[in-house]
Amino acid sequence: MHHDFIDRFSRLDSPIHGLPPAVKMAAALLFILVSVAAPLRTPFLFPGLALGAALVTVLSRIPALFILRRLFVFEPFVLVIAAVSLLQPGGPMKFESIVVRSTLSLTAVLLVSNTTPFTEVLGVLRRAHAPSVFVTLTALMYRYVFVLIDETQRMRRARLGRTFAKGGVRTWRSAAGIIGLLFVRSTERAERIFAAMSARGWR
Amino acid sequence: MHIPDGFLDTKTIAAAWALSLLGVGRALFALRTRMSLRKVPLMGLAAAFIFVAQMINFPVAGGTSGHLLGAVLAGVLLGPNEAVLVMSVVLVVQCFLFADGGVLSLGANIFNMGLVAALAGYAMYRLMAVPLRGERGRFVAAAFAAWFSTVLAAVCCTGELAWSGTVPWSVAFPAMTGIHILIGIGEALITTLVLAAVYATRPDLLPFGREPEAGGRKGRPIAGALIYGSLVVVGLVLFVLPFASRWPDGLERVAAVFGFRSRSLASPVIRSPLADYRVPGIGSLSWATALAAFIGAAIVFGLSFLLARTVVPKSKDHAR
Repeated sequence: MHHDFIDRFSRLDSPIHGLPPAVKMAAALLFILVSVAAPLRTPFLFPGLALGAALVTVLSRIPALFILRRLFVFEPFVLVIAAVSLLQPGGPMKFESIVVRSTLSLTAVLLVSNTTPFTEVLGVLRRAHAPSVFVTLTALMYRYVFVLIDETQRMRRARLGRTFAKGGVRTWRSAAGIIGLLFVRSTERAERIFAAMSARGWR
Repeated sequence: MHIPDGFLDTKTIAAAWALSLLGVGRALFALRTRMSLRKVPLMGLAAAFIFVAQMINFPVAGGTSGHLLGAVLAGVLLGPNEAVLVMSVVLVVQCFLFADGGVLSLGANIFNMGLVAALAGYAMYRLMAVPLRGERGRFVAAAFAAWFSTVLAAVCCTGELAWSGTVPWSVAFPAMTGIHILIGIGEALITTLVLAAVYATRPDLLPFGREPEAGGRKGRPIAGALIYGSLVVVGLVLFVLPFASRWPDGLERVAAVFGFRSRSLASPVIRSPLADYRVPGIGSLSWATALAAFIGAAIVFGLSFLLARTVVPKSKDHAR
């Protein structure tokens, strides 16, 4: 699996991609803060935010269809919970508020994550004096997620190739077996990683 | 159960962040010694592992599928502090890279799934392991704790949404809790099966019988439990108590004293007051839910026994 399939547009070349990662993250955070906290009826604000997001999408050369598709993946969850909010007086206003704020915030996260390689995000966190254990953990996690996904796919294929039974309890048992084996291999891998890092002077 | 942005109001966001930062900070503090450095690669791998495990589908009838949350699994395999950190890292990465859960809501999500699910689940696991001796007992305890963690996390999630005024508690609570009582069964099942799989290949990796003490080092065994316990309790008081106290009249006085009264009067939910037994539909719904939860818990407990019996190989029971 390609090593950055998650944020595959994050290494494009565009005016937005060229901005310092700290600027992009701060801007996204500000955008989300405003989307969540500002009164809904502030003149020009929310249309302005939406326009800004659209502008950034165009400038960053990320396919707009990609962003829209990601949004559509999450809209059902948003709409279901928002639908429950309709069941109270003042519901429709709340519903509108939730959907607008939520969609704008989602767009902000999508844009920043697809214009900033994750390694640069971690760099920003480190410079911002986030606890170093936490940043190291996140870096390791990101680094090894792809390795584990590959391993899981291999295990799944192997099991499929050896299974004649169909569905039911067997599937649960075998899926759990894969997870269990994944854990065992993860601990063994972690030991090797610790040895390798220590041998290179990590403290 | 990941809450997106736009669903929580400022006070809920702030309160949840405060609790989460304290909890994660406490976990980092507990692991700051040099000996714990060894655990960092393990935790990083474990975070990746939990993330990937959450992606695996467990088909449920009708085309839907269940997923693992993994908080109790992490707790049993790695320990409570490690579980808090691992789950928090998973949630952060999910939030940023997958937009699964909002950025401002991250505090609430970490509180629900990183603190409550991991810690309350782990506490329940240790609690249940006391009367249930032996290795098989540990499996039962883990199964029940996994179920419990899912339900409690869902309750907190509902509380946060209701406290923000996003959804009415009287509707959201039965729905969310009901659904997660069922989802929790799946979590219990998967957790137990995974533990059994690890037990089958590398039983030495399961810390059964060697669980870490409930505190820091140097003879202060209760400190950790107290700190974590207070954080969870404060969260429950903030997010759940105002609504749970909306039961028969006696507690309305408590609500008045504590200052929640204004909230209850302003809230439109009181149009069908829960204390009014002439509206048995709503009034008894809370009790019915509570009763169902109690019965459900008893059933899950019984199922956990059966599960451990089928899943744990009999021969190894005599090993220790």
